[in-house]
Amino acid sequence: MIHFQNVTKRYGDFTAIDDLTIGIYEKEFYALLGPSGCGKTTLMRMLAGFETPSEGTIHLAGQDIAPVPPNKRAVNMMFQSYALFPHLSVWENIAFGLKREKMPKHDINDRVEEMLRLTRLEQFARRKPHQISGGQRQRVALARSLAKHPKLLLLDEPLGALDKKLRQETQFELMDIQEKTGTTFVIVTHDQEEAMTVASRVAVMDHGKIIQVATPDRIYETPNSVYVADFIGDVNLIEGTAKPNGSDSYAMSWHEGHEPLAVQSPNGFSDGQKCQLAIRPEKVSISAVKPETADNAVQGKILDIAYLGNISTYHVELPTGAVIKAQAANTRRIARRAFTWEDTVWLSWTATAGVLLAD
Amino acid sequence: MKRLSWFNAVSLTLGFAFLYIPMVILVIFSFNESKLVTVWAGFSTKWYGELMQNEAFLNAAWVTIKVAVFSSTIATVLGTIAAYVLVRGGRFMGRTLFSGMIYAPLVMPEVITGLSLLLLFIGIGLDRGVFTIVLAHTTFAMCYVSVVVSSRLVTFDRSLEEAALDLGCSASEAFRLVTLPIIAPAVISGWLLAFTLSLDDLVIASFTSGPSATTLPIKIFSAVRLGVSPEINALSTIMIAIVTVGVITASLVTKRQVAKQKREEMEAVRN
Amino acid sequence: MRRYFLIAIPYVWLLALFLVPFVIVLKISLSDAAIARPPYFPQFDWAEGIRAFFAELDFENFIFLTEDDLYWKAYLSSLKIALISTFLTLLVGYPMAYGMARTPEEWRPTLMMLVILPFWTSFLIRVYAWMGILSNEGFLNQFLLWTGIISEPLTILNTNSAVYIGIVYTYLPFMILPVYSALERLDGSLIEAAEDLGCSRLSAFWLVTIPLSKNGIIAGSFLVFIPVLGEFVIPSLLGGSNTLMIGKVLWEEFFSNRDWPVASAVAVILLLLLVIPIVLFQRNQQKQQEAEQ
Repeated sequence: MIHFQNVTKRYGDFTAIDDLTIGIYEKEFYALLGPSGCGKTTLMRMLAGFETPSEGTIHLAGQDIAPVPPNKRAVNMMFQSYALFPHLSVWENIAFGLKREKMPKHDINDRVEEMLRLTRLEQFARRKPHQISGGQRQRVALARSLAKHPKLLLLDEPLGALDKKLRQETQFELMDIQEKTGTTFVIVTHDQEEAMTVASRVAVMDHGKIIQVATPDRIYETPNSVYVADFIGDVNLIEGTAKPNGSDSYAMSWHEGHEPLAVQSPNGFSDGQKCQLAIRPEKVSISAVKPETADNAVQGKILDIAYLGNISTYHVELPTGAVIKAQAANTRRIARRAFTWEDTVWLSWTATAGVLLAD
Repeated sequence: MKRLSWFNAVSLTLGFAFLYIPMVILVIFSFNESKLVTVWAGFSTKWYGELMQNEAFLNAAWVTIKVAVFSSTIATVLGTIAAYVLVRGGRFMGRTLFSGMIYAPLVMPEVITGLSLLLLFIGIGLDRGVFTIVLAHTTFAMCYVSVVVSSRLVTFDRSLEEAALDLGCSASEAFRLVTLPIIAPAVISGWLLAFTLSLDDLVIASFTSGPSATTLPIKIFSAVRLGVSPEINALSTIMIAIVTVGVITASLVTKRQVAKQKREEMEAVRN
Repeated sequence: MRRYFLIAIPYVWLLALFLVPFVIVLKISLSDAAIARPPYFPQFDWAEGIRAFFAELDFENFIFLTEDDLYWKAYLSSLKIALISTFLTLLVGYPMAYGMARTPEEWRPTLMMLVILPFWTSFLIRVYAWMGILSNEGFLNQFLLWTGIISEPLTILNTNSAVYIGIVYTYLPFMILPVYSALERLDGSLIEAAEDLGCSRLSAFWLVTIPLSKNGIIAGSFLVFIPVLGEFVIPSLLGGSNTLMIGKVLWEEFFSNRDWPVASAVAVILLLLLVIPIVLFQRNQQKQQEAEQ
């Protein structure tokens, strides 16, 4: 439905968006994820109409939207600060956009009531924004931006101002509302957990470029670069050189005198190419003796143990000096823990647990 | 709670005594029976009566109020536009000159502003009177208004305006429906400031007024040059009373509003 | 298009009523004296062209100002009075601002209002109030005679001392407000930290409080110094015939002597005198803003 074609945006010497081409489908929940300053907000503001691309075109439902001013676009935005009008009540805030459309009065009434029901704000309709809590304000902002039946709803860090617990509840609420209304949502966030939870597809951005676009599980399991692997969740990186030994299968030599590591990876590498093995801590298991069946096993020494309640993270130093994190669920009481500092342990993982990434 | 140290207590007491005793004396002696302003001779309100009979003062007061209402209203409109242009206008030709012209009158000695405007009015052959005073007052008051309003606009959350545009407002609708209602307190205080400045001004009015229009400060100035008079005391007392009542009411109203807002916010969080 | 229209309204207004008049002052200050009888020579004539016009202008009036020592003295004495009264205002205002910043929080809005209230009252009336106090038979002399401190009334009104008192009185809020806002933001634990590290109360004040309120002091001083330099009402009501201030000289040159070219020249020099403190003030404000961001 939305198509960015070779879009570039410059502010003076600074390039905020660099020759970017992406497509967003209808009824999709699309997340733009990246650190602050990566250009995700600029991208969103171009969709809303507050910025125009320096080069390239943006098509919305087949129409070039560059010449359409923000107040004529079938796109609505939910602002990071919510931007609720402080002098208007909740009801008037939601009705604001409808009144601009010169909608008949009873239609406005019906639509506002509908939005209030959807966001469970019925009893707050007469209140002013300062008289309601942060979570309620967030829902008013959502109701207001959805009231006009936009083809596309933009959400700029919509949950950034809420505390953690409320944020998690609200994430599910957002997904629920997106499903009910069938509107295309584009969310901008720097919180990878949030992007993974709500979105059907995630685009990871850095320095004005899209690094990878994929479903949350693919982004997590098979990142296409060290940057993505590192940005999403926790990751261990082991350097080495690749040697193909079958289709999508490699032997990676990583340290002299040690057996090469067996890896199954979709990314292609040539013989002797430098690469990094990226592997998530929860996919590394830890044991006192060398496991018989594991594809890969390396020995190391425990440097540190971080006890997190449900799990513990072990920092284990390999012979190369690199430190690998391994997570284990705490199924037993902490006093019965099998390992302690300075213990020599075995780390093991399967060939499909990690991916090979170019440097 | 920490108590005030004796040093702070003494400096505050002396300081406020210094600020207020002269005015208190002024007010007390406006009720003096005697014509001698420095010797108490019993309570009387006769100077107020005489003031009310004094045509010249009443006329001057009327002229002053007219000038103040017109000039502060025009100045508020112009100053608000100027502030909006400065804060939101982006770049345009001569922006530096423009902001210079906004700030310069604030530090320009009144004698120079007055002199230059007078020379302009003479140069273009404009008869001096109420109209020229209004022009002069509007010019310097709009700069004060624009400083007050732009300091509010700088802290104004711009996403509110963007939200209005996003929801289908044109730029002028966004200003009228969203920006203006929210910055209204600053615009009103700008108007009040302009109004007071115009009421107070002696120097610029002296330069730009003609024989047909005399403002109250000009009248007072020429009277007090000759010395202290109980009639002026009475007039001053009235002016001080108006200002005091106005300022105290305004501060009570804002205090109550702030308290109400805080209370409601607390309740919102609790629910 | 609409945007330019919007910009044009205040822009044209200020050009016509601020910049143009000022250019006229400049032009007249360079014209030949023809007392109170405009138009002044030279007049601009398109036929003769701009060069001929400029050739006619001269610095005669400015040379006149340097020759007559009245003007010299007026500038110097304005500077002196402005400097001394700024210092006095700081001396009175700082302890007040400090005291206000140290009062319990619920008093502060009231104290603030008490400081601002005189600011809304007519300037003229506030100066006038002192005339009755400082005169020979005024309240101050009555009080001092009554207490027996003096046996003869002091002559204060129509001297420079009266001018100082009047300036400190009327400009006090301009000093208190910026200093107060600097002191209010000052974190009380900094003083405690200084004392914890071995400072006495007084040295903590010198080494911590004063440097951290420096910006407020500078802003307040400029806010007093700049307008005082061109002050007219106070010297003419409270000062004597020997109180020389440039605002008063300009007024008299214009209204009494009716010498417009000289009055304009006086104005131009006063403005040149003001440029330095104004630029310094602007810099200070900018630095402060940058520091806050």
